[in-house]
This record gives sequence, structure tokens and C-alpha cells, in this order.
Amino acid sequence: MSAYTFYPGCAMESNAKAYYTSLMAVAKPLGINLEEIEDWNCCGATEYVGMNLIPAYSLIARNLALAAKMGNKTVLSPCSACYLNLAKADHYMTERPALGEKVNEALAAGGLHYQPGSLDIRHLLDVLINDIGLDNLKAKVVRPLKGLRVAPYMGCMVPRPDYNNRWSDAEHPVELVEVLQAIGAEVVDFPGAATCCGGHMTQIGPETAFELIRRLISSAERSQADIMVTVCPMCQVNVDAYQGETNRHFGTNYQMPIVFFTQLVGLALGFPPDKLGFGTEITSTEKALARIGVDIPKPTEDTPHKQAGLPMPSCLRKNAKGKVQHAEKEAA
Amino acid sequence: MPTMTDEQVRAHLTHEEDLSLLHEVSMKTAGVSRLEMCIQCGSCGGSCPSGMDMDHTPRMVFAMLRAGMRDEVLQSNTPWVCVSCYHCVVRCPQNVHITDVMYTLKAMAIREKKYRDVAAPEFAETFVEMVEKYGRSYEFGLATRHYLKHAPLRMVGMAAMGLGMLRKGRMSMKPRTIKGMDQLTAILNKAKEMELT
Repeated sequence: MSAYTFYPGCAMESNAKAYYTSLMAVAKPLGINLEEIEDWNCCGATEYVGMNLIPAYSLIARNLALAAKMGNKTVLSPCSACYLNLAKADHYMTERPALGEKVNEALAAGGLHYQPGSLDIRHLLDVLINDIGLDNLKAKVVRPLKGLRVAPYMGCMVPRPDYNNRWSDAEHPVELVEVLQAIGAEVVDFPGAATCCGGHMTQIGPETAFELIRRLISSAERSQADIMVTVCPMCQVNVDAYQGETNRHFGTNYQMPIVFFTQLVGLALGFPPDKLGFGTEITSTEKALARIGVDIPKPTEDTPHKQAGLPMPSCLRKNAKGKVQHAEKEAA
Repeated sequence: MPTMTDEQVRAHLTHEEDLSLLHEVSMKTAGVSRLEMCIQCGSCGGSCPSGMDMDHTPRMVFAMLRAGMRDEVLQSNTPWVCVSCYHCVVRCPQNVHITDVMYTLKAMAIREKKYRDVAAPEFAETFVEMVEKYGRSYEFGLATRHYLKHAPLRMVGMAAMGLGMLRKGRMSMKPRTIKGMDQLTAILNKAKEMELT
């Protein structure tokens, strides 16, 4: 077993829970032992750093300080944006000592300290390839994904800017291709592999984002991919959840599913789809997985409304529930 | 382009010698920005996937900084349209930290209230407000407040997707709060007293 200090990031407990579920499933058989950072906080995504520099880096550095206390040098992040933010803070606090000093002055107000350069920040995909190894992965495959045509979507923030020279290429990285080939999938040529999904532009400038999403999906379609595979929660949400809006914007009718690479690794290792977060996609994976004889689970009846208790008056809660049931009927 | 008198052109040239704005932006950027090393080759704009939606390409913004055009730069939509893809960063022959310079320009535009379109800065402000309150991002609160204020009509087309995210448990109506909020608040309050200059 290789042990890692684990920084999940906010998306893993919300929109990317399929990533979290599937990672937790495959970690044990692959020999990845994850120790979550106690009481970690948000990395600030791409928002905080565009508002106020020292607080933004202090927010990130609180996680680094807490991680350093765990006594394991290697921090593993599955989210591309979190990975980059943690790596960037560590890198810039070293490159610009004035930044490191100011951030540590702020950390001291919370009784913390971080020595820049004392941790190795690594992405899950890097760990899978370089620590676990492709041969090891291959040896554990019990259900090769033969016949499934996948577009390997690596995105931006993992291969770039790559402060520590960890990746094969900034614009044409091969790591995800290698993992998908190791689990027996048919990897298609995908020129959009390391291009942008639009990031937060789906929120603040949707037309810019829709165009980038359209390019990605049409590129995957041209290569006759059944499914896109990602390493990043932001990419997954943009291509999956905003595909409907993108279709309406362009008058297209794309139905290109996108899942996390850990979900396909999990299938290849023999896990059933419901243990890997399948069924939580907005754009259905049903047709794609049928090609390898896998049925995806039906959505659960258990709505979050029942568990959470809405922070709004009961009359509104009733309405909201009615709409959910209506949407379910439509979907059925 | 407006016509200029000889005097105005000369005054502009003199002004161009003043590199204080360029220097200010560079020093306010995390890391060693290398902004001063830009050779105006245009690799950044040529590599930019959202460049077509920008008022000015990154190369032009850097020239404007050199020319001391503070208001024009801080009013430009360029840093707001930047998607943080780092294509320009890995292609820049001078290793300018272009994406980080864009973050600095956004922060300066917010501080000086120079930006034109309020939706993007307010999205960032709301995101940060939630993180400062809970220690984690709170998508449901962020999305509802942002769309209600800035894109209420868009909510109609997004309702089915939003409900799908809720139904599939991919979005929670309740925020998660970290235990160490007092500690985080103390750190951030101290950090807000400081600037990188």
C-alpha cells in the first residue's frame, strides 16, 4: 500500500460525488491508502485569487499547513483546480519569498505555519501511473472495456502549467490515454484532449463557454467516441450538465456522456456500476455502457429534499417537491 | 483612431516611458510575473481559446500597461474572459505568468471599481463570501443568488438541469461548514491587512 495525504476538494462532496465514490472503490484494490486532511477548506477555485491575493494564498496555505502536520510528504488531489491551486501556492511561496512570508504571517494568526517546498502536491492520475503503475493496473483488470470507444479528456489544469515537470506534454499529454488503454478501452484520436471546457465561464459568460463545450463534444463525436473521460470535476460538470444548454444555444442535439476515469477503471476492476457513481450523470451513459454489456442503475427515488430539510417555508417545499416529481415523470 | 497633434503624440511618448503601471501590476502578481519581459510576439492571443470574445488580446493588454493606460486596461473585459487554461503560459517564449497577471488585473479592477460588467465580479465576490462564511464552496447558494440577480431568464432553461443535480444528490441545499471557522477567519482577517507590492 502507498499512503497519501488526501485533499478531496469541495466538488468531491457535491457535483463530483461519482468521482469520490469511484475513487474510494478502486483505491483499495489498487493499493492507494488515502488519509484525508483533517478539516480542510476550499482552495478558492479560480475566484478568490482574482479578488484578493494574500487572503487567497492564505486560504490555500491553511490546507498545506494542515497537510504538513499529517507527517506524509505527498499530498494527493483528484481535482484539477485544487491540484493546481495547492501546487501553485507551494511553488510561488518558494519563488517569491515575500509572498511566503506574508502568507505565513497570516497563518500565524491561526496558529499555523507552512514551510514552502516541504510537500509534494500530486494529481491522482500521476499517482496511478507513476506509483501504482500501468502493469499493476493491467494485472487487476477482470473486465477489459473492449469495444468501448473513449475520448480521453485531460483538460487544462493538470498538464499546464506543470510547475514540477510531472507530465509528458503540456498540450498533448498521453497519461490518460495510457490508463484507458491499460483497462482495454479503445482510445480514439481526440484533438480536444487538453483544451478548455470554459471553466467558470458557464456561470459568468455562457456564450464563451458554450462554444468551447461545443468544440469538445463535436470533436469527440467526429472521432465516433461513445463516451468522454475526464480527470476534473469542472470539466465533467461543464460538458455533462451544460450540454443541454449548449444544444439549445446552437440548435444541436449532442448526447455525449462524460464520466471520471476512476469510474471506468472501477468497471474494469469488476465493480458494479452502482458502486461507482454511475447514474448521477445528466447526459445518460446508458447507450455507451450497453456497448460493453453494462446496465447503469436507475436514479434513486431517495431525493435530497427528504433528507436535507429545505431552508425555506413549507409551502415552497411542497412546490419544489411537486416539480421534482413532475420532472421524474417526464424523464420516465 | 482619433487624430492627435504633434504635441499630444510627444506627450504620449513621454507617458509611455512611465513604467509605473507595468511595475505595479507585476509586483502585485504572485510569483515572479516576468511581465516586464514581454516581447509583444502575440503567442498569447494566438493561443487563447476565448480571445475572440475579448476587448483586447493579452498581448495588447500588456502593451497598454506599458503605455500607462490604467483605466482602459481595468475597464477591459479581457481578464474576465480569460478561462485559466494556461495555453498562453506554456507557449510564452518569455515565461510571463500571463494567467496570474489576469488575476491581478481582476483584483485591481474590483478594488478600483473600474470594471464595466458587474455580473462577473459579483460572481467572484459571492463565491468568496460563501467560502469565508463556511470554509467550503456552497454551489446551491452561489448559483441561486447569481442567477436570480444576473440571469433570471436563464434560470428557466436551466431548471431541469438544476433539479437533476439536486435529485441525483450532486448539489446540496445546505452548506457544509468546517470546524475551524474561527481559525480560518483569523487567518483571512490578518491576510486582508497585507498586500504584495
